[in-house]
Amino acid sequence: MMVQLIIEQLLNGLQFGLMLFLLAAGLTLVFGIMDMINLSHGSLYMGGAYLGAAATQASGSFLVGLLTALAGMALIGLLLEATLLRRLYQRDHLSQVLATFALILIANELVRMIWGPQPLMLNAPEILSGPVDLLGISYPSYRLLIIAVGLAVAGLLYWLVGHTRAGMWVRAGASNREMAEALGIDVRKLFTGIFALGAALCALAGMLLGPLLAVQVGMGENILILAFVVIVIGGIGSIRGALVGSLLVGMVDTLGRALLPSVLRIFASPDIAAHVGPALASVLIYLLMAAVLFWRPTGLFPART
Amino acid sequence: MRTYRSLGELSLLSLAIALPWLLQALGEDYYIGFATRLLIYALAATSLNFVVGYGGMVAFGHAAFFGGGAYLVALLMTGGLISAWASWPLTMFIVALLAWAIGAISLRTRGVYFIMITLAFAQMIYYSVISLKIAGGDDGLPIDQRSNLFPFDLANDNVLYWLALGLLALSLLLLKRLSHSRYGHALAGIRQNETRMEALGYPVQQLKLVCFVIGAALAALAGALLVNQNGMAGPGQLYWTQSGMLLVMVILGGVGQRYGGVLGAFVLLGLEEVLAQVTEHNHLYIGLILLAVVLYAPRGLAGLFCKSR
Repeated sequence: MMVQLIIEQLLNGLQFGLMLFLLAAGLTLVFGIMDMINLSHGSLYMGGAYLGAAATQASGSFLVGLLTALAGMALIGLLLEATLLRRLYQRDHLSQVLATFALILIANELVRMIWGPQPLMLNAPEILSGPVDLLGISYPSYRLLIIAVGLAVAGLLYWLVGHTRAGMWVRAGASNREMAEALGIDVRKLFTGIFALGAALCALAGMLLGPLLAVQVGMGENILILAFVVIVIGGIGSIRGALVGSLLVGMVDTLGRALLPSVLRIFASPDIAAHVGPALASVLIYLLMAAVLFWRPTGLFPART
Repeated sequence: MRTYRSLGELSLLSLAIALPWLLQALGEDYYIGFATRLLIYALAATSLNFVVGYGGMVAFGHAAFFGGGAYLVALLMTGGLISAWASWPLTMFIVALLAWAIGAISLRTRGVYFIMITLAFAQMIYYSVISLKIAGGDDGLPIDQRSNLFPFDLANDNVLYWLALGLLALSLLLLKRLSHSRYGHALAGIRQNETRMEALGYPVQQLKLVCFVIGAALAALAGALLVNQNGMAGPGQLYWTQSGMLLVMVILGGVGQRYGGVLGAFVLLGLEEVLAQVTEHNHLYIGLILLAVVLYAPRGLAGLFCKSR
């Protein structure tokens, strides 16, 4: 029984970690290459979830919703980068914080104006609503799909960044932007592309998590901080760091929430364990981040040398 | 020039002192509470501006000290310590100790990593506090009376307003003195070139840490005022969005400008209040205004009016 629970929670942790990776990948590249703090990254995630949920409701097909979300957010990301964010690269971090904080306010209000204050319903596709039997463990098939998609996208990104010409440009830009520019790489154009890709990945995460979490205003802010924690642990600008950080944070958070209360019960009274457990689990990932920064002040896999 | 400026400051101050009577004469008593809130947030933003603008440290966890001050005063009150003379300095002292520990660890990192590690500590405090049963958990901790600041009666809204005004004025004066002292000049040097100041023999890390701790203690004082104004300490005051809000106030008003924090708090909260009466989508317009400020007033609102620090 205990083993089953742990395996199930490991899978949940993997699933959560992979979804965090979809968010963190775009964020870490934007941060690493253009040295730009983008607080509104969570708004792209929210926008993707809303767009996808609305399109799914209108068409009745989850796939149509997913494609709409991907295409729509990539386009919005492209426009946002070309009209506004491009003007912020040369500014200091504080200006970027203020501008992208303003974007959060605007995005939340626009979503509220278009879709109203109530959360939207987004159901998983009919075929994937039941559980599957996995070596004697019954596990929701939709969550399994999320894991599969997450692994596929992570692999794709790894190949794209690690083994293609465009990926080489990206890595060059992250490790030393001026030098990359001097070697004739058009970092601006490259960056517009990265931003659109990052927005599409956000939309993918929002759409996939939509049936599990609520599609509502403010969903972006909660996950944004986790994505930042991930990229700081991993080292800003590093895709590998983002992947390791995501899985670490996903696992620690999920396992901590599931197992800490019962572990604490061994040492303390049930009453204390029930109260302290969840709080300690929420604190764990921040403790992890503080510890990583204490011993490795630039994260586990620093991209800049 | 200088006398004109202090003349302006004096007349603004006397107007601020007379404000409660003016509002009462107009029958708008509700706005006394609102004005008090403005002053409290102005104090909190000013304390953060000291850390960000004078110390050059972009701290993203100031809510821990602001909200922490509020919670500590409320906790001490449930423990029976009602006197503000005792509980407020004690609160500032505890928060200063906390900030000293957090700052000592955080200052090992720099730049973006400093932003994130201060955020991490603030989030740890947030989750720890909402798990404490004596702190009221998710519901927050209400207080059934205001602190006792004998011989002043804080139960009177006007007195609380004047107290907030007085403490804000005193803090501004203190920070002005500090920035003109030897210490302030050393801080300015560190802001411009840390390596050079280190080479000159200044204990850079300690000087920055002191700045961080002073900012935190002042934020705790603002928190003590806030819990008296709100009648409760709530988890929202510790959450990262509160830190973000204070940072936005500072940037909006003008980083490193003496009245940057005050201006930012007044404008942001004032806009929220005014726009809320006109439209339910006030955040849309606030967002657009903030964007305009970033693009067209790079040094904040205070930077539009004056060139010097």
